[in-house]
Amino acid sequence: MIKFPAFLLALTALAALAANSAGAQTLVPAGSEIAFTTRQMGVPVEGRFGTFTARITLDPKKPEAGSVAFTIDTASARFGTAELDGEVGKPTWLAVARFPQATFQSRAIKAVGPGRYEVTGQLGIKGGTREVVVPVQLAPGGAQSVASGSFTIRRLDFKVGEGEWADTALLANDVVVRFKLALAGLGAP
Amino acid sequence: MTPTDVARYSLPAIVLHWLLALLILGTLGVGLYMTGLSLTPTRLKLYNWHKWAGMTILALSALRLLWRLVRRPPPAPPMPAWQRRAAAASHGLMYLLFFAVPLAGWAYSSAAGFPVVWFGVLPLPDWVSPDRALAEAIKPLHRALAYALAGLVVLHVAAALKHHFVDRDGLLRRMGPGR
Repeated sequence: MIKFPAFLLALTALAALAANSAGAQTLVPAGSEIAFTTRQMGVPVEGRFGTFTARITLDPKKPEAGSVAFTIDTASARFGTAELDGEVGKPTWLAVARFPQATFQSRAIKAVGPGRYEVTGQLGIKGGTREVVVPVQLAPGGAQSVASGSFTIRRLDFKVGEGEWADTALLANDVVVRFKLALAGLGAP
Repeated sequence: MTPTDVARYSLPAIVLHWLLALLILGTLGVGLYMTGLSLTPTRLKLYNWHKWAGMTILALSALRLLWRLVRRPPPAPPMPAWQRRAAAASHGLMYLLFFAVPLAGWAYSSAAGFPVVWFGVLPLPDWVSPDRALAEAIKPLHRALAYALAGLVVLHVAAALKHHFVDRDGLLRRMGPGR
């Protein structure tokens, strides 16, 4: 228990060194999360993705030259309830067998305030693609910086919940995606 | 004593009795049926309706108990002392369960990670934090309490019918519509 964070720190430092030489940042999975909240008949239901990777190149001094790309393993979606966990991968929902990954690729990054950015890009889920504008708050740290934010997507844009589950009175169309990303190798702003 | 002499409950008590009788029987029935369903929109609706009805039963029971404290029930028709004691005990137990069953259901829902949103509009506070193990412990308790209530309802109905139709003491008129 005590050794683990130390090991992680060393790993992070190494990753930071490697990242710096490439001018890119590294996502630290242990401090990162991507969660999503939907509402069924008014009741909030939260799930999260356990496995995702990112390629991030961001110079806080020149954000518009940066790029953010995400790959999320759809099969890693979990609600913490056995029944829903067994359901979410089915063809009606995320169809993980046919679409094992959800992706995000930035097209433009704009600074909108101190430590605040707007990342516009293409979100791909279940074969559908939509442009989204993601507000990002960046909290710089020594070894690790934390980028966080949330944005809302419409599940039916991506055919998540088909057939009888397309009823938005039952399951809201809006899904709030919330993220917290620990980044190593981000230069001081 | 002839049936027409039987003192009746007050109108609010009568309305609450029959409204709650319908709600409780309906909610018990839905509860029995829904747990066997696979994950379909129908089941999702039934679960939510069951929770909304349960919270309504809880609220109306609180109102009913308050009313009962303000306006005491009318005297019962003459009957042996043991029957009077049995009636008082079963009424007391039923009142206890009017609260215990919905409260256990509410706690189960919260512990399972699904807060109750009354009629899909009013989010009720979680007085139990999400905890899978706790949820699994509360579930059989909610069920056992509900079965106990169902058993008492059967006893209650059987006793009322026996008094009315066998003893012919006009008991049902206490809870019946006025003329």
